[in-house]
Order: sequence, then structure tokens, then C-alpha cells
Amino acid sequence: MAVPSHPAPSAGPRNRILRWIDYRLPFWAAVQHDFMEYPAPRNLNYWWNFGSLAGVILVIMIATGVVLAMHYQPNADLAFDSVERIMRDVNYGWLLRYIHANGASMFFLIVYIHLFRGLYYGSYKYPRELLWMLGVVILLPWGQMSYWAATVITNLFSAIPVVGNDIVTLLWGGFTVGNPTLNRFYSLHYLLPFVIVAVVMLHLLALHQHGSNNPLGIDRRGPQDAITFHPYYTIKDLFGLCVFLLIFAVFIFYMPNALGHPDNYIPANPMVTPNHIVPEWYFLPYYAILRSVPNKLLGVILMFSSVLILLLLPWLDTSRVRSARYRPIYRLVSWLLPIDAVILGYVGSQPPAGFIVTLGQLATIYYFFHFLILIPLLGKIERPLPLPLSIAEAVLGPRTRPAAAGEGE
Amino acid sequence: MADLTQSQVMPGHEGETRRDFLILTAAAIGGVGAAVSVWPLIDSLNPARDTLALSTTEVDLSPIQAGQRLTVVWRGKPIFIDHRTPEEIKMAQEVDASSLRDPQKDSERVKKPEWLVMIGVCTHLGCIPLGNKPGDDRGSFGGWFCPCHGSVYDTSGRIRQGPAPLNLVIPPYEFTSDTAIKIG
Amino acid sequence: MRRHVVALAAALVLAVGFAGQAWAEEEAPHPPHQKWSFNGVFGTYDRAALQRGFQVYKEVCAACHAVKHLYYRDLAELGYGEDSIKGIAAQVQVTDGPNDQGEMFQRPGRPSDPMARPFANDQAARAANNGALPPDLSLITKAREGGSDYIYALLTGFKDAPQGVKLNPNMYYNEYFAGHQIAMPPPLNADQVKYADGTPSTVQQMAHDAVTFLSWAAEPNLEQRHRIGFKVILFLLIATGVFYAGKRKIWSRIEH
Repeated sequence: MAVPSHPAPSAGPRNRILRWIDYRLPFWAAVQHDFMEYPAPRNLNYWWNFGSLAGVILVIMIATGVVLAMHYQPNADLAFDSVERIMRDVNYGWLLRYIHANGASMFFLIVYIHLFRGLYYGSYKYPRELLWMLGVVILLPWGQMSYWAATVITNLFSAIPVVGNDIVTLLWGGFTVGNPTLNRFYSLHYLLPFVIVAVVMLHLLALHQHGSNNPLGIDRRGPQDAITFHPYYTIKDLFGLCVFLLIFAVFIFYMPNALGHPDNYIPANPMVTPNHIVPEWYFLPYYAILRSVPNKLLGVILMFSSVLILLLLPWLDTSRVRSARYRPIYRLVSWLLPIDAVILGYVGSQPPAGFIVTLGQLATIYYFFHFLILIPLLGKIERPLPLPLSIAEAVLGPRTRPAAAGEGE
Repeated sequence: MADLTQSQVMPGHEGETRRDFLILTAAAIGGVGAAVSVWPLIDSLNPARDTLALSTTEVDLSPIQAGQRLTVVWRGKPIFIDHRTPEEIKMAQEVDASSLRDPQKDSERVKKPEWLVMIGVCTHLGCIPLGNKPGDDRGSFGGWFCPCHGSVYDTSGRIRQGPAPLNLVIPPYEFTSDTAIKIG
Repeated sequence: MRRHVVALAAALVLAVGFAGQAWAEEEAPHPPHQKWSFNGVFGTYDRAALQRGFQVYKEVCAACHAVKHLYYRDLAELGYGEDSIKGIAAQVQVTDGPNDQGEMFQRPGRPSDPMARPFANDQAARAANNGALPPDLSLITKAREGGSDYIYALLTGFKDAPQGVKLNPNMYYNEYFAGHQIAMPPPLNADQVKYADGTPSTVQQMAHDAVTFLSWAAEPNLEQRHRIGFKVILFLLIATGVFYAGKRKIWSRIEH
């Protein structure tokens, strides 16, 4: 398949009707420009699959969510029973429910990996700062969980001085988490995915301004550094999608409750607190940070800061070099963050007693140390390795070409 | 040459047919996968098992006297049960079916002539005709009268006057004994 | 690349591990693993065990425990015929109404009714059980850490309190219950239930059958889920292979 030279205008759809539409609403032209012929670095590795994967999961969650919403009853007396009805009586209800529940875990897993790719390869650096910040906004945890989690989290707002308790009453719509709370959380739960879709579109718009980063962290210098998105990355993304779906299917069909809690199979009871209130695994690290501080307000601030600090990353990192491949110290140090996150996750899953408390405090301190001290410092003191001359050179090897015009260097 | 990748095409890749076949297979697999995945989303909209479980209604006919009419509910719709008097049966049987708007003999509409079982929804635009409660207007044919647009049904539930195009619908039912029926 | 895959796999394993580990009960021992016919990728429910288990539930457990999410029509899954189910349902009286006089009335149960509850509400249940509430059993094997193994261990774990342990009033000693003191008296005694198929009704047998029944009650769609899952995963394995080959083919056009 011959690749048209860049940047020739596309021939347009052959079909007359499509051309009529395209002249008035350039849909096909946009698809050609932003998807089919879109230039992408030729050296992307599999860490670059996770962005499109996250998009696919978002679509899956919205599709299953909309259908589930046709059967779910957001009334405190009926909600639990309506979910059981979905599981037992609605055709394929069990499948939709397990897809939606496990899909949430998968979404966070994919997004965390996507985020770490950004950290490792410096994708948040100039000129992609806003792209990065939009991504963080998509991630922001919108707590949407079971009854007791809702009580705990909304109670957090009472930490705000002066107006805290009034805010909590406002959030709850009552004096405790109850039916009004459930209803409004559900309304937001239905709304937020579409808000996320809008932010994703902004995220893609920002991305297409300068194109993807790449494992070498150097800019594209010319056309030989890039290949068309279609068919190379479409097929690669589809392959990655198959691998993901395999893992997803194993969870849905053979271990659908592995990532959940037995406690969520007990109807909510305002009079009985379960022994261990634990959020879903993807919120455990934040939970650990929250609990590591004895002061309620400080704990809340620290927990939200742990996400907001990501927004500052483009300015905290002083290194001129993007990719960790050419930063020998940061290359190793960057792995300390996911390790720290795992430790925090473990701490969050355990009752806060004994050495768990100390471990949690140390891990929390390290988390902020990593971003506020280590990364700025490393940028200053580290000696990066020499960067390759171009992507093409790194991929294809040095060529002894005669210096000809139009070489595209 | 500023082409994106043309200069890098490797020699010796003549497997065009094989490559296209592979791509075609991949596309077919993708298509099948997508279609199969969509089905559960759609099928979940079909009546759930608990709705289907309520899809039959059993009615005990013994308390209904001759000349009495009863309304029961089946799948959310009203069902008219009429224990017909001999006069009503005679009136229904004597009508020449071919002269009717919706030709149907009375014998085609009942299993036992003294029991008439129909869905009580007017075939015009869906109102519930009068005639099943004592004191209701039964219209000029002794059957049922729809107050919305004036359709009149006879003692066999057939349309005789007014805008309705069809006779009142007979639901699927069977006698489980001499004095009981199961609808649906 | 391989390093990255390992890291990814490690993250996945840890996620599952934490999710499962979070409520490590320090107080009661881990229930021992049992062999269940429904375990494993190709597991299915043993219909005979399910019927025996239902009999145990009906004759022993139903005195105090409801299964509100089960309907009599669900018994068709266990192999009972339509007439049997009608008969079982008709054995109970159900409140229905209001009738045309505005009163509630009693009528025999139907297959479309949920299984009868022993108590009208939680307060009545507590009043009859010294303040303790016998939980609904529809989801019990999913609602407890340890699942079916735990419920089996609980049912067979009643014993005399060891030296030095003083039981609170109306409590019984159980080896696997958190805190070891449970409000439920030992429910199973040997030969308590006469099985229709003649199987000897030891406590272990009755516990095994009852837990099989309860596992089914919590997950009636397990067999369909496993069946569909097998086909889906097989399909995805083939798809992955085809797409991988396709990817290699397309990328072979350029140097990379």
C-alpha cells in the first residue's frame, strides 16, 4: 500500500453522497488527516498502546453502564435488590454487571500504566504540559463507591474549617448518607463519564498539536522519522486490544469477584459498620496517604495534593532531557514511584495498626519527596547520556549518505 | 525524497495475496467479535426472567354467574371474561359473518360457547371499552361500547359500528378444568 | 521489553493480591479447602447435591434464614419439574392483595413468588432469636471472606468451648467464626434429614450439600458464565494470534 507523500490533500471519499457531506461537514477529511495519514513516530513501543486502550474501555464502560442503568434502581431501599435482579433475571445481566465492575478496575490499571509511561519518557514536558494536565483531570478520583466509603469520604469535607459540616449536610442532602445521597451520586455517576469524554477530546486535540512523544524523547525532525498511523498503529493497537481483552475475559468469566469485596454483597446497614472499610484497590494508595496523618484536615489536603502534585510535574522536572533512556539516574529512580505506590496500596488495605502505620508514613513522605525534592534535584545534578541525532537514525542505524538536498534532516 | 516510508520498503515481500488474506481474516474476526459482543447489550432489553414468569394468569371461573362479566389483568392488559347467557350466544351465532368488517364466526372466537375471553383493548386506538361493569353502556349490539370514538362491539366482541378496524383480540388461553382457564 | 512485561504482570498480581488480602482475619483460622464440583474452569453444579442441599435448607435452615432473592421458579435449574415446583410453592401461604374489598388475603404460593421468609421483617427475626439476626442466605457464599469453604467450615466447626473460655449467654463456640462465639446453635445433627435419594445424612454430607445449594443460590449463572467464557477466551486466543501475525506482516514493509 503506497503511502501518500506528506502533506498532500486527501482525495476525499469516492462516494458522491459522502463527498456531499464532507464538503459541508469535513468528517471524512478529519478521519483521513487525524487518523489514517496522521504522522506518528516510527519507534513507538508497546507502552504507547495504553492511551487508545483507555479510550476503548471508556466506550465499553459507557455502553454497559447505559444498559445497566435501564435496570438499576437508585433508591436506597431498592438498589441492592435491583442489582441482584440484574444478576439473576435480566438476560445477560450478570455479564453486563461483571464487565462494568471489572472494567472499572481495568480502566484504572490502564490509566496508571499510561501515566507511568508519561513519567518515564517525559511526555509531560514542553510542549505537552497541557496535554498532561488534561490527563490528570481525567484521572481525578471521583469517589463513587459503597455506602460506608461514601460516609467516610463525605465526612472528610467536615474537616474544612468553619463551613465543613454545612458542606457535608449539603452533599448528603440529609443528616447521614441516605437516599438523597445515593440519588445525587448516581446522577453524577451517569454524567461524569460524558464529561470525561469531552476532556478526552480536548486531550486528543492537544496531542495532535505536536504529536506523540516517543521512547527516545527527541522531537521528530522530518518525515523519515514518522509513519502513518494507519495501518501501522491501528493494527498494533488492535493486537494490544486483543491481549487486553484476553486478560479482561479471564477476570470476567473466571474470577469476577477477585478484585471486589465480600462486604459489598451485604445490603448497606446504617447501624452496623463493617470491620474493615476499604476502598477498591485503585484508591488504596490515596487511602493510605489520608490515614498516615493524625490530623484530619491535613490528611485530606495531603490526599488531594498527591494527585494535584502531578499537575506541577512539567515545572518540577528541571531536566532538559525527556526520556529516561538517556537519564541514567532517573531511569532507576523513576521505578521507585510505582514501588512506593504499591507499598502505599498495601498499607491502605491493612488495618492501621503497628508497623503498618510507620510504613505508611514513610511511604507517604517518600511520595512527596520524590516529586518535590528528588525530581527537581535530579534535573540539576544528573549528567544525561548523549541523545541520538534523529529518530530515523536511532531506528535505522547511521547511514553514510552523501549530503544531498532534500535529505530531510 | 521526503516520502514518509517508501524508501524503507523491504525487498522480497511479494506475499501480497497472503498478506491480504491475513488482513481479511483479521477484519472478519474483528467483525464477528464486535457483533457477538453487541448481542448481550441488546438482549438485556428483552423481558427479564421475572417478567416472563408473570406472563400467564390463571382464572377460576366458578364464581362467575351466567350473564356476569369479569375483568382480570394479563401482562398488564385488561381481559374481558363474559359468562354469556343463551340469548347472547344465540345473537352472536346468528350473525352472518361475511357481512362483518372483520369476518369471523362466533365459533372461531370461543372454545366453549358460554365463555367469551377477550383482550379488553379497543382495536382502534387502544382505549378500554365499556360494558364489563354492571351499569355500563353496552352499545346497541349488547356487547361493548368504546366511549373514545364510538366503536361498538357485539356479544362476540366483533366490531359492528364505529372506526375500529378489527374485532376484539382473543388471547391465547386454555381450559385447565371445566371451571378454570390459564391465559398465556 | 520483557522487563516491562514482568513489571506489568507483577502489578496485576499485586492488585489482585491486595484486593483479596485486605481483610486477613487474625482471629479465626483460615477455613480448609474443600473439593467443590463447581470449582475450577470446568466446574459445574452437582444436581443431586443441589436437590439434597435444598432439602436441608427447607427442613433445617428455613426456620430462621430467608433466601429472598430465590424464587420457586428457580428450582427448575435444580431439575425439579413444573408440577413439583407448583407443589412446593403451594405448600406455603402468601399474602396478596388488596382485593376488591380493600383487604389483604392469603393464597397458596405460586412459582413466580419469592421463597417464603420465616419472619416478616428483621425486628421479628431478632425478637425470636435473642436479639441476633439470622442473615439472608441468598448471597452468603459471596458475602463472606473464604466463600463456600468458610460456610462449610462454619457449619462443621461447632465444638465445646476449650478450657478457660467463658461463653456469653445464648452463644455457642465455633472454631471458624470470628471471635469464636456465634449466636446460632449448631444447626446440623446426624440423620436429621432423610434424603430422598437414600444418601446417608452425616453432618459433613448435609453441610456439603447445603453449601453446594447456597453456592448455587449466590451464583446461579456460574455454568453459563464458564461456558461462554471458554468460547470467548478461545476466540480471543485465535484473534490475538491472527492480529499478531497481521501486525508483523504490515510492519514488515518498513524498517523498525
